[in-house]
Amino acid sequence: MSTTSPEALLICEHCDTVYRRRTLERGEVARCARCHAELERHHALSVNALLALILTAMIVFVQANMWPIVTLGLSGQYSGTTLWGMIITMWQQQAQVVAVLAAFTLFFFPMAKMLSLGWLLWFARRGRRAPGFVPLMVGLHYLGPWTMSEVFVLGALVAIVKAHNYFDVVADPGIYAYAALTLLITIFAGVDLRQLWELTPEDPA
Amino acid sequence: MSALPRAAELGLIGCHVCGLTCRTVPGDDRLDGGGHGEEMACPRCGSVLHRRKPNSYARTWALLIAGFLLYIPANVLPIMRTASLNDIDDNTIISGVVELWVKGSPDLAVIVFTASIVVPMLKFLSMGLLLLSSQRGSGWARPQRAKLYRLVEFIGYWSMLDVFVVALLTALVRFSLLSRVEPLPGVIFFGLTVVLTMLASMSFDPRLIWDGRDTDD
Ligand SMILES: [Zn+2]
Repeated sequence: MSTTSPEALLICEHCDTVYRRRTLERGEVARCARCHAELERHHALSVNALLALILTAMIVFVQANMWPIVTLGLSGQYSGTTLWGMIITMWQQQAQVVAVLAAFTLFFFPMAKMLSLGWLLWFARRGRRAPGFVPLMVGLHYLGPWTMSEVFVLGALVAIVKAHNYFDVVADPGIYAYAALTLLITIFAGVDLRQLWELTPEDPA
Repeated sequence: MSALPRAAELGLIGCHVCGLTCRTVPGDDRLDGGGHGEEMACPRCGSVLHRRKPNSYARTWALLIAGFLLYIPANVLPIMRTASLNDIDDNTIISGVVELWVKGSPDLAVIVFTASIVVPMLKFLSMGLLLLSSQRGSGWARPQRAKLYRLVEFIGYWSMLDVFVVALLTALVRFSLLSRVEPLPGVIFFGLTVVLTMLASMSFDPRLIWDGRDTDD
């Protein structure tokens, strides 16, 4: 073991077991023999495909935030809302904690995630490290589970069903944009972003 | 040395942030929190290297207990008020589930019940179990406990569901006197519970499950 360079080794994040790295077949997922956590997976998606997905996600995200999500009707009156309409209402209704939670998990964090990924992938296409590569990669690691757009889509569905008993409910384009965004997020959830460290060589200082 | 060597036995350490395998100097106790005042940084991402997440037990316990304490008012206090011309109705998490069930959406009632009640309770019980068993160095059901931790980590944030339902209904149901929805303090406690339990599961270091007495491998 002492002759193996550290780069050729892989340490399981969940139990600290050390493995010798091997090349994975298409679609293969390497699992830890001790704790069965995922070690590494083969990536079918190229950097270009990932970049295309991120750009699509950005467009859909803008639409999901600009367009109204749902409109309710009650005896001729109508009332709709966008994501930011919802955040502002919660703030005004003495639920500032909820407003802040929603603003970060549904707007600022997803936006930061997409912008930094787009930036990193744009440079990775040409095998280069983007300016600010290291802090952005560290930031992405910590953003981890704090983006909740997919939870919001399910929440919107529940809200629609609840409102349906008392009001006329019209699903607006925003909810469809959110559904599309959830699909893209699901694809991205299977991508191990740490591959970017290896994909791009360190710039000679 | 067992067939599955662990990082410490080989003088290695995996960076928690970027996953790089780093070589350590034998006998260097800085990484165990030896308290020499200086820390070793990952050469690739610059994060401080730790063999285990720092103060994992104390932090996880503190966050878990705080989350549990807030979960009590989150359930007891109403989370949402629906007001119409002739009546005012305050809903708790449970009454919201019951309403979905009786109004003919049992499937959604089950989803909301799972996200708001089952997942938080599962988190409190599982994290408590993981903390106690790991602190005692127990070798009991290690692979299952490792799996339980990954499950808790994966499903935790779905509990935010009810918070978003209340927020969206508040923004939508605004028909002046005819019909209104307002958020009530329970929803704030619930949102904070979800954040605290997420922080708790992040503070726990799953490697601790495999530390202690090696009885089963
Ligand atoms: Zn493992």
